[in-house]
Amino acid sequence: MKISEEKLLWIYTKMLTQRMLEEKILELIPTGKLTGHFHLGIGEEATFIGACAALEDKDYLLPTHRGLGCVIGKGISLNKIMADIYGKATGTTKGKGGVLRICDASLGVLGLSATLGGIFPIAMGAALSSKLLKDARITLAIFGDGQSNRGTFHEALNLASVWELPVVYLCENNHYAISMPQRKAMAIKNIADRAKGYGIPGKVVDGNDALAVYKITLEAVNRAREGKGPSLIEAKTYRWRPHYEGEGATYRDTKEVVAWKKRCPIRRFRKSLIDLKLLDPLQDEKIKERIAQEIDEAVKFAEESPMPRPEDALDDLFSSSIME
Amino acid sequence: MPDVTFVESLRMTLKEEMERDPSLMLIGEDIGRYGGIFGVTKGLLEEFGPHRVRSTPISESAIIGSALGAAMTGIRTVAEIMYVDFTTCAMDQIVNQVAKMRYMSGGKAKIPLVIRTQEGGGRGNAAQHSQSLEALFLHIPGLKIVMPSTPYDARGLLKTAIREENPVMFIEHKLLYATKGFIPDGEFLIPFGQADVKRKGKDVTVIAISYMVTKALRAAERLAEEGVDVEVIDLRTLLPLDFETLLQSIHKTNRVVIVHEGCKRGGIGAEIACNIMEEAFDFLDAPIQRVGALNVPIPYSEPLENAVIPSEEEIATAVKKVLYRT
Repeated sequence: MKISEEKLLWIYTKMLTQRMLEEKILELIPTGKLTGHFHLGIGEEATFIGACAALEDKDYLLPTHRGLGCVIGKGISLNKIMADIYGKATGTTKGKGGVLRICDASLGVLGLSATLGGIFPIAMGAALSSKLLKDARITLAIFGDGQSNRGTFHEALNLASVWELPVVYLCENNHYAISMPQRKAMAIKNIADRAKGYGIPGKVVDGNDALAVYKITLEAVNRAREGKGPSLIEAKTYRWRPHYEGEGATYRDTKEVVAWKKRCPIRRFRKSLIDLKLLDPLQDEKIKERIAQEIDEAVKFAEESPMPRPEDALDDLFSSSIME
Repeated sequence: MPDVTFVESLRMTLKEEMERDPSLMLIGEDIGRYGGIFGVTKGLLEEFGPHRVRSTPISESAIIGSALGAAMTGIRTVAEIMYVDFTTCAMDQIVNQVAKMRYMSGGKAKIPLVIRTQEGGGRGNAAQHSQSLEALFLHIPGLKIVMPSTPYDARGLLKTAIREENPVMFIEHKLLYATKGFIPDGEFLIPFGQADVKRKGKDVTVIAISYMVTKALRAAERLAEEGVDVEVIDLRTLLPLDFETLLQSIHKTNRVVIVHEGCKRGGIGAEIACNIMEEAFDFLDAPIQRVGALNVPIPYSEPLENAVIPSEEEIATAVKKVLYRT
């Protein structure tokens, strides 16, 4: 498969953006300016960005709670994201949804469910809508290994398969559901193997290899767009950070963490770009400077944005319009 | 139009709305050729095809979740949950997804989704097919709740529900399906938040919903023979609630009985009674009485079931109690 230079640089830039934005959040947490708690995806950039690279603008995405990378990858601006993080009125949800709920249907981002597993059937419904409206959109649902143990996984994948819906279920397997290791949560090695039970393709990919994730997702996306139904992908990766910032994460072996950190998806992708002569250290520095500037501007935008007014809490529950 | 049954009224309304909006989709268990467990969707598969009348496996979360996903991306949807008892299998979808989708997106999502289901006892279906769970949904901000008691109301309210851009719990009662009533020719819609005075009276206000309206009306006829003039108000929608109509009636009667089939403890009667206390305490001449099911699961055997579900006698007794005639 020939991948354009532009696409490769896009993947690299977005992965770096996710990394640098999440590192900025780590800097900001001690200032006490951010409310809420943070599930950072540092170390998993290849999975989130590689998957989003396979989508078109019109496609739908339902992200996971660690998936700040996917909302960046789907095109929500850093200003909006940062405003959501700060709980400001200028964020995508005007302070209602929080950092986990960053969403913008006009960009196809339908939002995640913080009760994990909630997105499986909703993603199926968005795909059903595309099938009925014949709008050639596909839906990508990204979820963690832990979520795959909710009953909705079974209900949704089963029915998505029966109805041949244009949806791709991509598991970001970072091997831990908070403290519960995958090996103790399921008797099988690969979550992708569950696909057999639904009669759909199930593939495992190295989740720290952005190109591999991109290729395998694109294959599933194309299959869905051609009307051949859903797929299940399992990207094996690892979170460098605790489940949420502030947690001890004593349940993981330090050696294991160190070993995975050696497999940094960004360093690996940068090396391949340099080998391909698509990037040199000077360009790399320029890209980083530009992203750092964008992030600083986003922080400034968020800090200068107004908070929602207390009385706004009563707005947005019901639509007042009815169908003509 | 000759009198039609509750089921025929619902079916006719679904059919008309499907003709009116070519994207309107139905989804639920056994709603296709089988026509739904109570026959509400009979014939609709043949008329509108399997894309728009989608029978599902036994997967309530998938029914509600996919209906939500479809509704928020352009497909107006009526989802059917066979028994309200089965909504508990889909509670994450209803409580955390459907009810919160619009609010958590900052008011941007439109959710044209009706969840049709049916509740209530009286058929020996036992505890897992006989509950009345409306109070559960009333407690969750983000859901409108409709509970029709006549074929006329069912038609007018279902039309409104389908044309809403918000999630609506449309809760029917299994004992109402075979009941008949008058429906005028032509289209009519009943707006949400308009209670209906089903019987005018001056002595006591009886507030009821769903099948309990029928029982309250029977109790009222019996009480009339004893010289008690009961006003029966059918709320029709629990949310929005037409509190104004209740107040007008209370200003006249100064006495209130609230009747519902859900358990008395934590039932909608507690909520309504407290609202009345806050807004109209000075107009009350007696403590408000609530009539609800006993606080046990609905039993199977007929004498047990009858003992648990509110009866006309209990309603009549409550009315006499607020009149200090017991």
